Amino acid sequence: MPLAETLTSVPVVIDDDKCIANKGCTVCVDVCPLDVLRIVDLADGTKTARMTYDECWYCMPCQADCPTKAVTVSIPYLLK
Amino acid sequence: MDDICEGSTTIECDVLVIGGGTAGPMAALKAKKENPDANIVLLEKANVKRSGAICMGMDGLNNAVIPGYATPEQYTKEITIANDGIVDQEAVFRYASECYEVIQELDSFGIRFQKDENGEFDVKKVHHIGTYVLPMPNGDTVKKALYRQLRKARINISNRFMATRLLTGEGRIAGALCVNTRTAEFLVIKAKAVIMCMGAAGRLGLPTSGYLYGTYENPVNSGDGYAMAYHAGADLANLECYQINPLIKDYNGPACAYVAGPLGGYTANGDGDRFIECDYWSGQMMQEFYDELQSGKGPVFLKLNHLAEETVSEIERVLHIVERPSRGMFHEGRGTDYRKQMIEMHISEIGFCSGHSASGVFVDENARTSVAGLYAAGDMANVPHNYMLGAFTNGCFAGKDAAQYALNLDFAKFDDEQIELEKQRVLAPTKRSDGIPPNQIEYKIRRLVNDYLQPPKVTRKMELGLTRLAEARDDMENNMMVSNSHELMRALEVSSIIDCAEMAAVASLYRTESRWGLYHNRVEYEGKNNEDWFCHAILSKGKNGDYSMRKKAIKPYVVDIEEHEASAYDNQRFVAEESVTS
Ligand SMILES: Cc1cc2nc3c(=O)[nH]c(=O)nc-3n(C[C@H](O)[C@H](O)[C@H](O)COP(=O)(O)OP(=O)(O)OC[C@H]3O[C@@H](n4cnc5c(N)ncnc54)[C@H](O)[C@@H]3O)c2cc1C
Ligand code: SF4
Ligand code: SF4
Repeated sequence: MPLAETLTSVPVVIDDDKCIANKGCTVCVDVCPLDVLRIVDLADGTKTARMTYDECWYCMPCQADCPTKAVTVSIPYLLK
Repeated sequence: MDDICEGSTTIECDVLVIGGGTAGPMAALKAKKENPDANIVLLEKANVKRSGAICMGMDGLNNAVIPGYATPEQYTKEITIANDGIVDQEAVFRYASECYEVIQELDSFGIRFQKDENGEFDVKKVHHIGTYVLPMPNGDTVKKALYRQLRKARINISNRFMATRLLTGEGRIAGALCVNTRTAEFLVIKAKAVIMCMGAAGRLGLPTSGYLYGTYENPVNSGDGYAMAYHAGADLANLECYQINPLIKDYNGPACAYVAGPLGGYTANGDGDRFIECDYWSGQMMQEFYDELQSGKGPVFLKLNHLAEETVSEIERVLHIVERPSRGMFHEGRGTDYRKQMIEMHISEIGFCSGHSASGVFVDENARTSVAGLYAAGDMANVPHNYMLGAFTNGCFAGKDAAQYALNLDFAKFDDEQIELEKQRVLAPTKRSDGIPPNQIEYKIRRLVNDYLQPPKVTRKMELGLTRLAEARDDMENNMMVSNSHELMRALEVSSIIDCAEMAAVASLYRTESRWGLYHNRVEYEGKNNEDWFCHAILSKGKNGDYSMRKKAIKPYVVDIEEHEASAYDNQRFVAEESVTS
């Protein structure tokens, strides 16, 4: 069967202005039990964290451990 | 990102601990303490810093047996009764006798427990009979405290490795096969002893929200431990005794009668009336909960809006910061204020978890499984109503015994074919360029679990369920495709989930009676049948590679249960005082 690309809205938002992934921070990526966050390149060549997979337990280690408070977790749409 | 790199490394250790959540870190620490020269590896699918059920912390100990408040005899009795008698008491009794030492050790790690004005532990009554619940005011520090100890003891930690199968040879354990979740590289670990601490099977049923990861359990716990134990030939016990919990609807986290109960909160029906005697989670209580949901008096709520402002603030303070801190956000989104509205509850999806229920890999009082050198502790081992302190304490027992076992022992020789076959199985979905992604197969399996395996259990439905699951298995084995190593981890989890689903069906069909309230409510076989079924139902891999079931006698009790005591958990329906006297 062919595959489609279906959009999905994810519950974790990163404030790119606060995120210091460019300086090598990977804390949120490291602590997530579901391993759904990744460091990605922005158009201007800098880096930031992004929720890459929609598989979140809304458990919040990412938000609690971020050194710059760049992470905001909300309740996944399907259950909020 | 997450590219698939084929490669394989082999390492050796004395004791391998798989799963670094709650039981695992304790097992590793104790093994090291028992034999400081031993090489201990702690392997974790996520990151030990923040993994498992307690990744953010915990509100309290649900089952602390503290001298002056409870005795090991009393606790053993209560758990035996709550579990409808199907218990090998030695393991429960040993836990109850030694868990106080573990509390003191946790205290020395910097994890504080609530004390009253006189400096005594402030233990609360939640269970039907005894007093065992001990709040943890700084419960958010548990993981950090454990991690510090692991570093201090120089335990080798391997994060982001998922164990997929155990290696056996010479009739005993030989090690484990693991896959890196970020690169898909193989890791072969030869070990003299292996301790499995991989948590519950939390991704078995589908939550009513339909969100695959909106489970009660941390969804990383996909039942890999149960599947691995089965394929290695270990016995699993009483899998038909599901875990089903009373939760906040949709949010699917604990409503926390354990926190709110001692402060005056309770479970109520749509009229705001109490309908269960005791909020302690048991199958019998869940049956009443289910009945109320089905009746005209549903749905069910957690009622706090009769409490004083101070009390409500205190409950909020505990519930909104530690265990599941997103809870406050959920209520806020819906405009629910504990002072004004009751909180709607529902029942969870089904799962396996001895932490709250009873089923799991069969172990004795030393956490030994039926395979020599293989241990299990925590939610995946069958010591009933274990909770967090049970995971810690049984983790200690496993660590100690495994370090002893590994002493003066050589690695077991094993057939290399096991490795080759596993590599083929694991990598198959990466070889396909077309097919079905794991998330769709997982959704279908878990939807089938809800449709056919959820109680009330009906024979014909469960048989149909097995037929449908076989079709999904065929898709999984021959048609599942992944495009990166992250998806490969999910694909491997799907394989554990379907194994657990089939085991749930086979075990439920075998026990032709009803027991444990809702957990094993078999409609055609009403009530307990002690004559035929006062025994463990053991599932293992049969000679032809099929699920095989047998009965196993329950070991003679160490604490006697009087006939009139045995039914204490059977009568959970709340009877208002006036109707008792009238
Ligand atoms: C929401 C919630 C609230 C709870 N509240 C309380 C409470 O207030 N009081 C209380 O006493 N108990 C409570 N419990 C129960 C208690 O937390 C658990 O019983 C206990 O933590 C289980 O410990 P464990 O080691 O078995 O599992 P976990 O701590 O979950 O650890 C399992 C670990 O195994 C890892 N893993 C899984 N599969 C693999 C694999 N294939 N390879 C490698 N690693 C793997 C996971 O990443 C995880 O780190 C609660 C449980 C939940 C879910
Ligand atoms: S922890 Fe915070 S600062 Fe670090 S990468 Fe994540 S979002 Fe950026
Ligand atoms: S809330 Fe939990 S699961 Fe979701 S991204 Fe953060 S750490 Fe990961």
